[in-house]
Amino acid sequence: MTTALEVSGLGYTLPGSGNGQSEQGRPLVEDVSFTVGTGETLVLLGRSGSGKTTTLKLVNRLLEPTAGEVRVAGERAADLPVTRLRRRIGYVIQEVGLFPHFTVERNVGLVPGLEGWPPARVATRVREMLALVGLDADTFGARYPHELSGGQRQRVGVARALAADPPLLLLDEPFGALDPITRVELQREFRALEGRLGKGMVFVTHDVREGLLLGTRIGLMHQGRLAFLGTPDEFRRSDNPECRAFMEAAG
Amino acid sequence: MSVLAFYARNSQEALGLVWQHVSLVAISTGAAILIGVPLGIALTRRPAWRGPVLGLANVFQTVPSLALFGFLIPLPFLGGIGARTAIVALVLYALLPIVRNTYTGIAGVDPAVREAGRGMGMTDGQLLWLVEVPLSLGVILAGVRVATVVGVGTATIAAAIGAGGLGVYIFRGVATVDNTLILAGALPAALMAIAADGLLGLAERRLAWRRT
Repeated sequence: MTTALEVSGLGYTLPGSGNGQSEQGRPLVEDVSFTVGTGETLVLLGRSGSGKTTTLKLVNRLLEPTAGEVRVAGERAADLPVTRLRRRIGYVIQEVGLFPHFTVERNVGLVPGLEGWPPARVATRVREMLALVGLDADTFGARYPHELSGGQRQRVGVARALAADPPLLLLDEPFGALDPITRVELQREFRALEGRLGKGMVFVTHDVREGLLLGTRIGLMHQGRLAFLGTPDEFRRSDNPECRAFMEAAG
Repeated sequence: MSVLAFYARNSQEALGLVWQHVSLVAISTGAAILIGVPLGIALTRRPAWRGPVLGLANVFQTVPSLALFGFLIPLPFLGGIGARTAIVALVLYALLPIVRNTYTGIAGVDPAVREAGRGMGMTDGQLLWLVEVPLSLGVILAGVRVATVVGVGTATIAAAIGAGGLGVYIFRGVATVDNTLILAGALPAALMAIAADGLLGLAERRLAWRRT
């Protein structure tokens, strides 16, 4: 199994507030290490403010790490031009962030287009990706994001992240804003998709059930640190107090 | 109807003044767009410049137009009697709405959309031209519209410093207490402002991204 993502000793401290005080804030992320293999989904679980989203942003360098190292498919992230790095990492966020003035087709075909694929190949790829997430390209391709339901938009978001065939996918609470029924539907489909895709994935959520359903491994973040890392079964049996708190919350 | 009779007798001169008026507004608004849109974009990249730049533009807007013409006349290179001074003043007037709307429009783009763009590996230029400018085009055009309409009005005063335009009839009419002459200048100027407002409003609706 090749590694899609290797993170070692990752840390992030906010730059000093600049008013001459030597006091620096507490690190938002400290000494986080993990690897994600191809075909594996690491779920980063944690309370709000535990550093899960920050960790994701350190991987695609929306934030620059102040400590440690990130390797994507073997290459040091810090050595790559930041735009090239990001085009090799699919990114899905809760608010979806589809471009409202682009049709579904253009949204999905964006990164391949930036990468200079010939238009015919982009068009084929867009159809494939839409089919993969269960949307018919003839029906939905020419629509604008505001003409879609929340669930459909999120599907387009996943299709867009997959379009340039990146080895790694980062998902930041992708189903967080959906109604419970659509949410369960998408979780089920996503689970079926995971195995087929053969990508490394990092999936951020604060929902334990979602984490246990979708993760091949769970990383529990607490106050900026990785408090637990293991399989869902190990997570269920763990006597780590933070793990227990989450299991109890899930009922 | 005496106005129409007046035009019939002086069609050459009247057309010349209309053309002068249109030129004054077109040149000054065009220059204000070329300066104001990049300036507005720069403000979104350099938030520290926002206060001073918008403040200065606001000052120009606040100074009464005739006074601004007066201030400019003694200046070397920019000033003097004639169209050049008028155009400088009209550009200064048009800057504020264009700079402010460009800044407001781009700053108002959904942060999630911007972050998605950056996270997908867009360069700053791609983010600007593919996402931020198209999404704020409606707001930017609204600024251009305000600048143009105000410019048509202010350009009538430009006649006072020898820049020509339809103000020539208005000032001449006021001086000779001739209502026909005043109307011969005021009517086309008013129609021009209404037409500019309508056309740019149409462009705004056609090109602007409608919010959901």
